[in-house]
Amino acid sequence: MIRYLAKRAAWSLLILLGVSAITFAVNFVIPSDPVALIAARSATKADRDRLRHELWLDRPVIVQYGHYMAGVLQGDLGRSYKRKTQVAEQVAARLPATLILMAAAISFELLIGLPAGLFAARRRGSSADKTAMTLSFIGVSAPQFVTGLILFYVFAYWLNLLPTGGFGGVSHVILPAVTLGIAGGGWYSRMMRSSMVDVLRQDYIRTARAKGLDERSVVLVHAFRNAVLPIVAMIGLDVGIFMSGVVVVEQVYGWPGIGQLMWQAIQDRDIPIIMGVTLTAAIFIVLGNLLADVIAPLIDPRIRLR
Amino acid sequence: MATSWTRFRRDKTALAGLTVIALIVTAAALAPWLAPFDPSFQSADGLTEDGSPVPPNSEFWLGTDLLGRDLLSRMIFGARNSLIIGLVANGAAVLIGTSLGVVAGYLGGYVGAALMRFTDLVMAFPALLLAVALAAILGSSLWIVAAVIAMVNWVQIARVIYTETTALSSRDYIEAARALGAGTPRILLQHLIPHLLPTVLVYGTLGIATTVLLEAALSYLGVGVQPPDPSWGGIIFESQSYFLNAPWLVFFPGVAIVLVALSFNLVGDALRDALDPTQRGRT
Repeated sequence: MIRYLAKRAAWSLLILLGVSAITFAVNFVIPSDPVALIAARSATKADRDRLRHELWLDRPVIVQYGHYMAGVLQGDLGRSYKRKTQVAEQVAARLPATLILMAAAISFELLIGLPAGLFAARRRGSSADKTAMTLSFIGVSAPQFVTGLILFYVFAYWLNLLPTGGFGGVSHVILPAVTLGIAGGGWYSRMMRSSMVDVLRQDYIRTARAKGLDERSVVLVHAFRNAVLPIVAMIGLDVGIFMSGVVVVEQVYGWPGIGQLMWQAIQDRDIPIIMGVTLTAAIFIVLGNLLADVIAPLIDPRIRLR
Repeated sequence: MATSWTRFRRDKTALAGLTVIALIVTAAALAPWLAPFDPSFQSADGLTEDGSPVPPNSEFWLGTDLLGRDLLSRMIFGARNSLIIGLVANGAAVLIGTSLGVVAGYLGGYVGAALMRFTDLVMAFPALLLAVALAAILGSSLWIVAAVIAMVNWVQIARVIYTETTALSSRDYIEAARALGAGTPRILLQHLIPHLLPTVLVYGTLGIATTVLLEAALSYLGVGVQPPDPSWGGIIFESQSYFLNAPWLVFFPGVAIVLVALSFNLVGDALRDALDPTQRGRT
């Protein structure tokens, strides 16, 4: 178990190293002249040269990367081009709001996705199954900015039931979390259904039924525990999809998280912020995957053997 | 193939999806003849007296946008951009993903492991954020947007193809071909890839949905297809500050995006059932 976890953790670190190499490349190598992006139009040649030196851009790429990594390890993600503030400070200030939203959205998608998948698998082939799966496809096919704007229009503006945006009590988190959760709920219901269909075919389910157990405990106790396993592994991937969705949804509802920071940075073409948020998001994705790796063997001891 | 088509035909929702796709492709192809107005024409009666967009009426079926341009015409021309990007970007992603998956799966060993670890790395990146960063730096033309989407979207198909290739490579008939003296290119092209085509077709179709959604999101973030060229995500981006007064500017392009993505998803899903009956009803 310890070996397994150590291996997974080492692998996560390696992935993060790779990710940082890519964010570094996007920051400093791909733009033909980063200084041109940063310097004011009125800057003289001497100004530009000084800036180039300050950013270490006059040194070999490998030295630049070393400098960048040393910074990242100390929590330094560089300075924003536009606001001249530390990227790391901005990200840290906005991260809690995003994490609250993430917790609410993931709870919501599991709350609608798992029961819907369970229900569809039990009634496989029926018209209820067909309807549930078509609905889940609509959820998956709707871009979050469309869902977001429409929910906003109906519930916040037209019916005036929920706040139009911003940060505050529980009522503020409902619309953004539902918007993010609709697509995810669609995925979970499809995954849950196919996983459940597989499990319900197994011999031990037939045995459980043959013993005379009532259908409720066969489905909820025997089948569900095994069927939910692949779903746990998906939560890691889900963090990635979530981190992309948050940019759009936070903007729609004015939620003050890293997504909104990203949105503003995109409009300003403020590359250090964009890459800082991307790196932060990648860290969460890697952590999400690691967490799934840790939880999976706790639910299913067979995994430890691998 | 004939029996696959029979099976596919039984799926009513997939047929509906196919119809929607056919209609939108036709509309996009015939855009200059079908669209009632030029997409960038600012009509004199396209704005009300106080300068706001006109709601849907008999002249402008879907209303007008903030500059008094006909929304229907912009959406028909926008369909071109969405579909071109959908096909080009997804085509490239399928090509990259399939080649990588086949090579990694067939060669196995260190090369295979290294290639698959590389896909893990790209997977750890939030696709939209990476695409946004690349598009922001490289500028946004139609082709750059397509290239950026291809660069982040090949991963899933690479993994699926890798798994299938690994399974196929250990089959006896591959061993037999090798024993008969067939070289690697011959085995790949003649014995492996034909068996992978159904999977490529299924994931290629599903991938168009993902690509259309990604393109819409990029345009909505302002780094996709640039104005005055119309794109569905771009129309929503331009109009959102005004959308409480002119909800049709968000609603119609939004529905168009959902319809296209949904149709490709339904068709892809039905193709999977039709081409591989053992998977029927599982996913």
